[in-house]
Amino acid sequence: MTDGRATETIVGRGAKDGALMFRDWFQAMTGAPERGEQAAYVFVMGSLAELLRVFDFHTVFPEINALQTAVRRVAQDYLSTAEDYGYSPDICGYVKADVAMQLRGGEHPMGRIPRPSLAVYTNACNTYVKWAEIWERMYHIPIFTLDVPGSRAAGKQTWPGNADFENDKRYVAAQLKELIAVCEQVSGKKFDIDKLRETMGHANDMSRAWKRVLELNKNTPSVFNALTDGTVYLGVANGFRGTAAGSAYFKNVVEEMEYKVARGIGTLHEEKYRLIFVGVPCYPIFRRFNEMFTEHGGAFISSTYLWFASGGTNLGFEYDLSRPFDSLAEGVLINVRHAMDSMFFQDRTLLDMVEPYHVDGVVFHPIKSCRTTSTGLADLRRTVIESADVGSLFIESDMMDKRVVSEAQLKNRIDAFFEGLATRKQLA
Amino acid sequence: MTVRILDSWPYKPLDEVTGLCRELVEDPDFPTVKRWREAGGKVVGHFQVYFPEELAHAAGMLPFKVRGAQIEARQAEARFGSYLCSILKTSLELVLSQRVTLDMFISHPICDAARNLAAVWGRNFTYPCQILYLPQNANSKHSAQYLRDEYARLMRDIEEVAGRRISDDDLRASIRVFNENRRLLHKLYAIKRETPWLLPADEAYVLMAVGGMIPREEHNELLKAVIPQIEARPAKPQDRIRVVFEGGFCEQPPTDLLRAIALSCYVVDDDLLIGLRWIQEDVATEGDPLLNLADAYLEKSSYSPVQHDLRKPKEAMLLKRMKEARAGAAIITAAKMCEPGLDEQVAYSKALDEAGIPYFVSEFEESMTSFDHLQIQLETFVENLLFA
Repeated sequence: MTDGRATETIVGRGAKDGALMFRDWFQAMTGAPERGEQAAYVFVMGSLAELLRVFDFHTVFPEINALQTAVRRVAQDYLSTAEDYGYSPDICGYVKADVAMQLRGGEHPMGRIPRPSLAVYTNACNTYVKWAEIWERMYHIPIFTLDVPGSRAAGKQTWPGNADFENDKRYVAAQLKELIAVCEQVSGKKFDIDKLRETMGHANDMSRAWKRVLELNKNTPSVFNALTDGTVYLGVANGFRGTAAGSAYFKNVVEEMEYKVARGIGTLHEEKYRLIFVGVPCYPIFRRFNEMFTEHGGAFISSTYLWFASGGTNLGFEYDLSRPFDSLAEGVLINVRHAMDSMFFQDRTLLDMVEPYHVDGVVFHPIKSCRTTSTGLADLRRTVIESADVGSLFIESDMMDKRVVSEAQLKNRIDAFFEGLATRKQLA
Repeated sequence: MTVRILDSWPYKPLDEVTGLCRELVEDPDFPTVKRWREAGGKVVGHFQVYFPEELAHAAGMLPFKVRGAQIEARQAEARFGSYLCSILKTSLELVLSQRVTLDMFISHPICDAARNLAAVWGRNFTYPCQILYLPQNANSKHSAQYLRDEYARLMRDIEEVAGRRISDDDLRASIRVFNENRRLLHKLYAIKRETPWLLPADEAYVLMAVGGMIPREEHNELLKAVIPQIEARPAKPQDRIRVVFEGGFCEQPPTDLLRAIALSCYVVDDDLLIGLRWIQEDVATEGDPLLNLADAYLEKSSYSPVQHDLRKPKEAMLLKRMKEARAGAAIITAAKMCEPGLDEQVAYSKALDEAGIPYFVSEFEESMTSFDHLQIQLETFVENLLFA
């Protein structure tokens, strides 16, 4: 293959293939009930896909279903249905979109969401727990909280061998055994350790590749947009975790990024400012939001969203397949804890990225819908700007609700931010 | 420490004692905490809802319930974004403004917002700020053992701040103090339930809430003194509806809001400061005290929107609370922007609809100062019930 043809084939493959895989994924979900297949409702921070696939559950991500309604600009209709049902305008928009979807029999712009046979969720977000309680009331299905203790304080993470870590791990392992019993009961299938080893192997491939992909954006120009491309990769990272297809996809993404690095192919014609995004994207105006930055030559080279919404798999933790169950407990604890750290104790990581990633600015984006990721951001910003020579922007909107997204105001703030960055560059 | 923190109440009439408690509960300078520190004591601030205060007490420290205050969050506002409940901001404001000084701060992942507190606090203060991970899977067979070990971990950190070791006997002695306190609080609530005309909701509240800011031995003395006086009140029952108030598990409504409710209803049970009454029976004192505390948290406890336990569906628990209190209606509130509270309002409303029980839905904020509108709405609700 000539270099030109290779460029055509390889560059953009991740985004294109990811979108196609996602369409197929929704189609597979739509047809699941007819085929007698069961769905487990799960979340991005600790989906337990490795384990649930052993029992052939479809993993359904209500967060992804919900954000798709915002991207496709039909969220408002869903939010109104849930608010009419009784839910407050002041709670998580994802929950409301999902409630409305359930009330409409799974109706979704990309297909039909099957009813759950089981819900499995961690405590990484408290709303997960409240959300599952809603399904329990609606469908009287088993719901299972996998409680994963997080870091107790900044910089106080413990690791294997430490007595406190081992206590946490024993707790996670005990719950995983209890979850296996629930899965056996719901699916009518026996737990198969070899099948688990296989899904964990695929998950290892994906975690290794995901870490590598994120690191490749150290290069200038950046090889993927953490906000837009990153969200596509994230979708596959969640929807296809523990599968051969997911593993193959990420190997391809690494190949694509390495190809782009080798040839200096960036995401923008002229990358002027390298930015980190902190928070959850503004899905109601997803493309436009990104354009307001790229128009100024701003490139999102990383995002905390890619850390916590991948369930902390950006750490690159790999399971030890010679002791799968024990290693699963260890990995779930480390990954989910890292996802939580990426929302609460992310200051050190952000500061440590400034130099190697050549960061010019950090964009903090708290949103109305998600207090988990938004509550501490104003304080985090104070710490970041006091400790590093970077520009910062603090803008509030929402991930679902267009009523609290003011495009004109956002644009004014973003324009002013870039003026500030330009001045900083001149003075440097 | 044996210094007396609250010494102005003995031999005073009941109304003066409740008045004093009210002043203390509403005072944003928390003078009792200051007095404790001035006497050389150390303070562990613990955010809502439940905290095993016995651990701090056994180390000779004052467990101080951090539950916000009626103050303007001038400095804290800059540390938080919009769309947040008030208690988060005012709690941080208390320490930023140096109204309260702590030696340690502990929060719990009770909700999406509050779970950020330890990180925010930790970036602003040099003393230890940490999260106590109370189990969110109360149904795992391993939860009690996990929590026992989590308490042991926390105890080590408390020992370091206190500068002393905590023995099992220290813990047992503290458990006895808190067992007595819980018994007295349950007695106070039994009065509300059985003879609500003797104890209006606002008075019961301040008598309970003051316990979160004084040594518990002193709170026990106070309750032991006032309970017989309440029982001896000459008040007569009136024609009021019996209600359960739900929604006060974290951010607290102003005392005046409770007073406004008490003007037209008998509040026969509630979840106000439920953390202080979380454990419903005595914690065992024989055996491993940490395991006993862990077991009591899981097995002898009340309910709240921020604890998930498959054995305790919240709406079923509310109906049970109402039945036990022989309540004819419910006041279903939530603090503004309180996600767990707002989520639960839907489940409560549907369950009450199904059971044919009338209810009144509202939101509140700790800083609200006008209650006229609420009072009119509530009176209309009550009249509709009385004359239906």
